[in-house]
Amino acid sequence: MSSDTKDRKINETPGFDPARRSFLSAMAAAAGVALAPGVMLYGISKSSAVGAKALDAEASAAVRWGMLIDLGRCDSGCDDCVSACAKENGLRGFGRPETDAQWIRKVEISNPQTGSSKSLPVMCQHCEDPPCVDVCPTGASFKRADGIVLVNKHTCIGCRYCMMACPYKARSFVHEALEDQQPHSPRGKGTVESCTLCVHRIDDNRQPACVEACTGTGGGAMLFGDLNDADSEISKRVALYASQQIRADLGLNPGIRYRNL
Amino acid sequence: MLSGVAGVVIADEGRDSLLPVIPAGQGDRCVEDTGFMRRNHMELLDHQRDETVLKGVRTEQYSLQGCLSCHVVYGSDAVPVTVASPGHFCRSCHDYAAVSIDCFQCHASRPGEHDVNADHQVSSAFPDTTDVQGPE
Repeated sequence: MSSDTKDRKINETPGFDPARRSFLSAMAAAAGVALAPGVMLYGISKSSAVGAKALDAEASAAVRWGMLIDLGRCDSGCDDCVSACAKENGLRGFGRPETDAQWIRKVEISNPQTGSSKSLPVMCQHCEDPPCVDVCPTGASFKRADGIVLVNKHTCIGCRYCMMACPYKARSFVHEALEDQQPHSPRGKGTVESCTLCVHRIDDNRQPACVEACTGTGGGAMLFGDLNDADSEISKRVALYASQQIRADLGLNPGIRYRNL
Repeated sequence: MLSGVAGVVIADEGRDSLLPVIPAGQGDRCVEDTGFMRRNHMELLDHQRDETVLKGVRTEQYSLQGCLSCHVVYGSDAVPVTVASPGHFCRSCHDYAAVSIDCFQCHASRPGEHDVNADHQVSSAFPDTTDVQGPE
């Protein structure tokens, strides 16, 4: 798919309405004023792990959110990240593991020749060139300016092409009618979903729930930050230590990197 | 004529009108005039939803959560009611106007975080021992 087609798909606004357009322009003017403090804030907080974004500011293309997971610190018996994700996003099972929503999972890999094994948390890898976005017929699967790959459930028709296209098996389809979702994590029957990198937390200048849990009660294996900011802890570490992306051969440039893989 | 019919029908329920009983909001005033909101709240929500989902703009002014927080309705157990209750703010009008909305198929219909797994089976599928032959 050419980049032209990609751009059009992402930027297209279905259902043009002049009244809405004029409202949009008014909002854009207002956002312009509000954006100035947002930009200034970001400049100040560059050294912090999470760059400050004002609530009314748009996600910045200058940022590339990513994660570095040190498998040397990831214990195969620990699933704090998985349970933190389930709690944060209101994921509950229906006793059917094959179809229950799963945004992050622990995968055990082993080398049959040597018998050595590793346990790694695998979630949406937030690719720079996400195949799920390429195949989506409605443009519901999209990449935000700051590199977070999301599903716009308002336009998702539940065709599940993206689930087929994802080489990481990162996406789930909601098969059951749900109720009492978390206010910050809307999810419902008939749509595809996956790790949002806790986008509601990021917009609030907080760490994703899995990272917070891993730092708190887990092994401290996960580090979240801006890969584009040379001063961020994650950038320093990926510059200093060797790290790998899983299925790097696909050339998708995921934002999730693993150390000691 | 409407009020005449209403008087008869609603007498059983102790009401004097067929018009919807709209619960009052918690705050001083709405983000816009009542008349404007009645006609245009869907446009505001529709616009805000795209701003939030696509661009990450999370202002509270026109957010669905903002609406639900202010227009919260408490049940007899002092817990906010969900859209399953006819007394829910959104439902009170939408039932009357016979307009069905899809918002709450995905969105929480009451404010506040809660532990969804408290009385449900936890979905944590650990240990998922998918055998993948990985690089050493």
